[in-house]
Amino acid sequence: MSPIWFTHCGRGRHEMTKSQRKLWIGLLIMTLLTPLGIILPRIFDTGAAWGEWGVNKLEQLLGYAPQGLKRLSHIWKAPIPNYNLGGSDASMTVQLLSYLASGVLGLLAVGLVVFVITRFLVKNEK
Amino acid sequence: MHIPDGYLGPQTYVPLFGVSVAFWSIALKKWKKELATKHIPYLAMAAAFSFLIMMFNIPIPGGTTGHAVGGGIIAILLGPWAAVVAVSVVLIIQAIVFGDGGITAIGANCFNMAVVMPFVSYGIFKLVSGDSKSPPRLYTAAFLSGYIGLTMSAIITGVEFGIQPLIAQGPDGRPLYAPYPLSIAVPAMALEHMLLFSVVEGLITVLLLKYFLKHESDLVYALRAREA
Repeated sequence: MSPIWFTHCGRGRHEMTKSQRKLWIGLLIMTLLTPLGIILPRIFDTGAAWGEWGVNKLEQLLGYAPQGLKRLSHIWKAPIPNYNLGGSDASMTVQLLSYLASGVLGLLAVGLVVFVITRFLVKNEK
Repeated sequence: MHIPDGYLGPQTYVPLFGVSVAFWSIALKKWKKELATKHIPYLAMAAAFSFLIMMFNIPIPGGTTGHAVGGGIIAILLGPWAAVVAVSVVLIIQAIVFGDGGITAIGANCFNMAVVMPFVSYGIFKLVSGDSKSPPRLYTAAFLSGYIGLTMSAIITGVEFGIQPLIAQGPDGRPLYAPYPLSIAVPAMALEHMLLFSVVEGLITVLLLKYFLKHESDLVYALRAREA
């Protein structure tokens, strides 16, 4: 999200401070570094987070799939599952780029939602 | 720590939705009262930060992964109620758009990471820092705030997993939802966080507090709230 977005579409009464600019730049740098979030676990050969295994993996671990879990696990089909646009067979490059794109998309989405909420709620001009 | 769909039965996820909704409605009222327009960019940045920091999966070599949440530093800088909404927005988008955390578990995940964490972190920060202005004391408070806040959040998540086999079994006696008992789920969630992820959370909390004390010390909610 560009800083300009906030000063122009925002209430416009508060110019962006030097510190705020720095913070936005920091967030952009973080966004660019997000692919580390899949590279590091790959290097250290780690599995899924504890308690976040897919049904198949859980069936391997236990020797059976809990029935309620199996039934609920497909209740929602996320548009970008696992921050990955290329599906489970996607190449590493596609995964890394998807992850980066997800970071950008997430940044825009949460920024927008918070902005909309505050626009309706926060009226205190101090 | 994002509980997927299926790991919690309705007996757990429905009440936790109720609890989270209650916290959201109080939080939004507090936003209306406490926050000024100058805070808007910080709230957006806080949510963006939380979203991004959760993307940095930290590996435990040969084992599992985890991540920081940012709920502690957001609570210190903008107040725990602001953190409730900022982190909840992140978790809801993660669940809907990216399938990270289940739709049925939104209430539970928001309770664990967007309610428990900010309030525990904020309480620890206030408790440890007291009325002190000395930087070592403030940084110790910040580290413990992030460390204990994330760890508590992990333990609560472990409890939610661990009570599932007690609550619901199939006709064959097997668990219907998360299969591991409290004696496995709680230590598993607690230890991996205490060893690594909460340390990272603590360090991030210190570094960001350091930045804000240097550049925008009058923003810091936990210090402003003292004088009021």
